[in-house]
Amino acid sequence: MSNTKYILGHFEDPDDLMHGIEQLQANDISIYDVFTPMPIHGIEAKLGIKRSRLPIAAFCFGITGTITAFLMIFYMLVLDWPIDIGGKPAFAFPDFIPVMFELTVLFCSFGMVGTFFFANHLFPGRAPRVMDLSATDDRFIIAIDAKKNPHLDKIDHLLKTAGAVEVKYNERKYVSYE
Amino acid sequence: MSSHNESILREPLVTGRDITYAKVTADILVPVENKPNKAWWIGFIISVLGALLWVGSVSYTFWTGIGAWGLNKTVGWAWDITGFVWWVGIGHAGTLISAVLLLFRQNWRNSINRSAEAMTIFAVICAATYVISHMGRPWLAYWVFPLPNQFGSLWVNFNSPLVWDVFAISTYFSVSLIFWYTGLLPDIATIRDRATGLRRRIYSILSFGWNGSVKTWQRFEIVSLILAGVSTPLVLSVHTIVSMDFATSVIPGWHTTIFPPYFVAGAIFSGFAMVQTLLLVARKVLGFENYITMFHIESMNKIIIVTGSIVGVAYLTELFIAWYSGAEYEQYAFLNRVSGPYWWAYWSMMTCNVISPQLFWFKKIRTSIAASWILSIVVNIGMWFERFVIIVTSLHRDYIPSSWVMFYPSVVDVCVFIGSIGVFFTLFLLFLRVLPAIAMAEVKLLLKSSSDQAKQKLITEKAVDQTHAQFYIDSLEKYDSVAPQVAYAKGK
Repeated sequence: MSNTKYILGHFEDPDDLMHGIEQLQANDISIYDVFTPMPIHGIEAKLGIKRSRLPIAAFCFGITGTITAFLMIFYMLVLDWPIDIGGKPAFAFPDFIPVMFELTVLFCSFGMVGTFFFANHLFPGRAPRVMDLSATDDRFIIAIDAKKNPHLDKIDHLLKTAGAVEVKYNERKYVSYE
Repeated sequence: MSSHNESILREPLVTGRDITYAKVTADILVPVENKPNKAWWIGFIISVLGALLWVGSVSYTFWTGIGAWGLNKTVGWAWDITGFVWWVGIGHAGTLISAVLLLFRQNWRNSINRSAEAMTIFAVICAATYVISHMGRPWLAYWVFPLPNQFGSLWVNFNSPLVWDVFAISTYFSVSLIFWYTGLLPDIATIRDRATGLRRRIYSILSFGWNGSVKTWQRFEIVSLILAGVSTPLVLSVHTIVSMDFATSVIPGWHTTIFPPYFVAGAIFSGFAMVQTLLLVARKVLGFENYITMFHIESMNKIIIVTGSIVGVAYLTELFIAWYSGAEYEQYAFLNRVSGPYWWAYWSMMTCNVISPQLFWFKKIRTSIAASWILSIVVNIGMWFERFVIIVTSLHRDYIPSSWVMFYPSVVDVCVFIGSIGVFFTLFLLFLRVLPAIAMAEVKLLLKSSSDQAKQKLITEKAVDQTHAQFYIDSLEKYDSVAPQVAYAKGK
């Protein structure tokens, strides 16, 4: 067991997983990460993960879109080439609103999704950093760094009493996709 | 919480016994991981023939110009724009299901959102092809974008709804696409981790390296929620702007303020009908009866009654206002619609859109798969006629009686329309083969709270009020996927 890098506790039920996290935390065992096939509500609070700042990014991208659209239309219709349409003013603000709205949505969506992909290193061709193949299917997995937490049998016992159906000792961190 | 308790009175969203997380994955991936069956091949071959017809007829249009269509100098806009509005409208249900129902926390959306969003994307592609082909000179299509004057035109006119439409449709398409694809990432990762060899490599690239860690899911959920938040006003704005293509003109019959809400309701109406048309077949052929249940079908039928009735009220309001306005031309436009040479189109529209969906007030019809499927097609025929009536009857008799004409579609018109349906189904059938048609991760969320299995367990354990349990068991009567279990639970 000396070569073990990561201990993976496999759970079949998200509630048991939450219980397992509590057990480990009560015993001062640090959790490396948790991999699940679906989002688990409330898990961020339990693991002490900070609130995401993506909404702020989304707002900033959105407002950039609004301003870009306004400046673009203002430049084209008012400054660069005003057109006389029945003597009406070139600066017809109500007509600007639909395009300003659309570009707000466009910039907000693409900016936010881009930020999400950037922050999580998601891009086409990225080598998946998956510790166990069943984490995208039916297993809820707690990963524990074995080098930082030496008492392997204690961890094994804690995970199993919490309801883990399987405990794995991995000698390499990620699954090889080669 | 993943296991919060839902009221026993609510009908189950997932049925079937021994449903586990692994079974959800296995069931949903059956069409993706296996060779297609005969039904798929037959559908696919017919669709591809349709798509080829589209390629041929659109190429012919490009080669000869839009003189290939049945247009004349009075009716300069007919099947092309009818087809465009029809397809965009159909697309709206996908966004409504994925965004609006997410904001309202309607969990039943979880098993239909993926295919509905795919439908949106393919419908908008079909709509966009009409936009390009009705331009006459499609190689100058880039003129719709705001490009400097040396590219050939002046700056585009931002006072025109047609320019708003360019922005609305392209934003709608691209935002729907990223919403759909972001939602697909966890499911593509699931396929990747079950596949081997080349398939694993391909799905690995497509999965963007998704691993399902806590932080990924946390951000994923926020992204979904905000995309839903911005897509909701977006979808409303898109059809509002489409309606303004007509409403801001001065043609009697088009120049009405009721158009935006009326078009949006009509769009949702036709979109849900198309979702029914597709999913009622898909659930049977792909064996998704446990995930797309009678509750889903009934809920969609209820939305069809609501939006169909809104559309009906809009038709009547239009007629009343035309009379009440006292404006001679407006009155004639509507008199001509109802009783002129196109009366048959008007009354087909009225029958298909207003009268036939009212049949869904009967529970027997609402929960019958055959009736739902037939009515869903009737609705889309009606919605096609609605656009045709609005467009052609308003144009064909203008201010000078000497230029009054009828519109007759040419063979090319018909081929482009039938072909676009072929393109749509080709794309949809390919989607069913290579990507999961149901969002697996989202259905897994429902397993512990909203599945029939979880509820039956509570009843067996006597953890719920007996009268409530009985109510629940009675509500299962309509489900085609749980019939044998009703008796089993009744004994308790």
